[in-house]
Amino acid sequence: MKLAALIMIAASALAADERRSGADFVSPATQAMQRDDAQNPAMLWISGGEAQWRTPAGSGGKSCASCHGDARDSMRGVAARFPAFHQGRTVNLNQRINICREQKQQARPLPAESEELLGLEAYVAMQSRGMPVAPPQDAGTTASAARGRQLYFQRIGQLNLSCAQCHDQQWGKRLSGSTIPQAHAAAYPIYRLEWQGMGSLQRRLRNCMSGVRAEVPAFGAQELVELEAWLAVRDQGMKIETPGVRP
Amino acid sequence: MSERWRGGRTAIALAIAALSSAAFADTGAGIPQPLPGAEPGDAARGRAIVANRQVGLCLLCHTGPIAEERFQGNLASDLRGAGQRWSTAQLRLRIVDASRINPLTIMPSYYKTEGLTRVAASHAGKTILTAQQVEDVVAWLQTLKDNTP
Ligand code: HEC
Ligand code: HEC
Ligand code: HEC
Repeated sequence: MKLAALIMIAASALAADERRSGADFVSPATQAMQRDDAQNPAMLWISGGEAQWRTPAGSGGKSCASCHGDARDSMRGVAARFPAFHQGRTVNLNQRINICREQKQQARPLPAESEELLGLEAYVAMQSRGMPVAPPQDAGTTASAARGRQLYFQRIGQLNLSCAQCHDQQWGKRLSGSTIPQAHAAAYPIYRLEWQGMGSLQRRLRNCMSGVRAEVPAFGAQELVELEAWLAVRDQGMKIETPGVRP
Repeated sequence: MSERWRGGRTAIALAIAALSSAAFADTGAGIPQPLPGAEPGDAARGRAIVANRQVGLCLLCHTGPIAEERFQGNLASDLRGAGQRWSTAQLRLRIVDASRINPLTIMPSYYKTEGLTRVAASHAGKTILTAQQVEDVVAWLQTLKDNTP
């Protein structure tokens, strides 16, 4: 019975042509904020990220720019192919940035959800705006995405709901006051009005998990990266929108 | 304040020893007997449980005749008329374990602990509602005879 249920749920996954950005499900005022950089509060974090890009850090005395030059050229398209397999494991973009901090700058990694890390990640991701999500096809990344897919279709938590049950089957309906989006990730990190701050994709995933009263993996946990890798496969071909704005 | 799907809020812990729902026979008639250990349900308390999004969670998905609660969900039916559509026994079964009627339902089983995966430690081994809360909710649903919105 359980297997049959899983197969039926899997079969109802979104067809590529009915995919709609999460921005389609927010109010016109919030959409306008996302559309216009002059109004988008995330740009404040991103200016911080841009400043950091040029500021030397760590005992190496190097900035990101020392090696990568102008981010508008060197980082164009990078976010579109993350998460990616690197040094034996699949990492997301902010983990990749922290790898350079540790290995190339001999600096301490920036803490999860810190303004610095969110700003730098969003600054790097923004350089891919408008480009299609293009997840890597190597064996390591695709194996991670396959594990993420399993978790996506698994019913979890005390409320016993899977990601797919809400995001593939019930999108467009109202869960209390929130319209359920299709769980596309291409606008992250986002600015959230309710938080008056930015948040990463992992913060979003953790909230959805705690919403169904499931165990919530720590920031950076491999399971969350695997879910991100699966979301990137689902999003393949959709355009990067970072920085998104959400209610 | 609009209720956002943001999590992070501590839901009230509802600690009771979990009874196995397999103990209740699944007949078309539902669960005729009140849950063991519970007093007769109190409709006023039941209404408060349904209205509370951290306790009953019902209004995340359902709409119902609780005018003071804004932002009700529309994933599921309007609860108006539930007491006319279903007997007490049928309502009890739908709250205890709706998946015994429809295994694919998204409605959580409110009085069941088995067959769940990755439950948060703070909720592990606990049912969503206590036996008494289930009886209270059923008592309130039973009063909903009118289905005109
Ligand atoms: C019970 C319903 C429900 C479940 C289960 C659920 N989510 Fe969500 N999710 C939501 C809602 C509602 C939102 C939007 C909240 C808002 O922005 O106000 C959301 C937002 C998201 C977003 C952000 C979309 C955007 O455009 O901003 C992603 C990605 C996401 N969920 C992924 C997941 C994953 C992965 C899982 C499983 C681990 C999951 N969700 C489980 C209801 C759910
Ligand atoms: C000392 C040189 C150096 C510094 C400083 C440096 N990087 Fe890197 N970075 C590299 C090299 C070399 C690579 C690619 C080779 C590799 O995989 O190690 C790379 C790769 C990357 C990638 C992945 C690119 C891709 O195409 O997959 C990102 C993202 C990145 N760096 C961001 C940053 C950021 C942000 C900073 C500053 C916080 C930074 N780097 C600092 C040398 C550096
Ligand atoms: C996550 C969504 C969700 C939650 C939370 C939820 N339900 Fe439901 N409920 C449903 C769905 C969907 C159905 C339709 C039956 C099916 O799926 O087979 C349903 C069916 C019902 C029915 C029978 C149909 C009718 O209206 O006559 C009743 C009664 C009911 N729910 C009451 C409740 C009560 C009371 C609560 C809270 C204690 C609750 N539900 C919580 C989704 C939900």
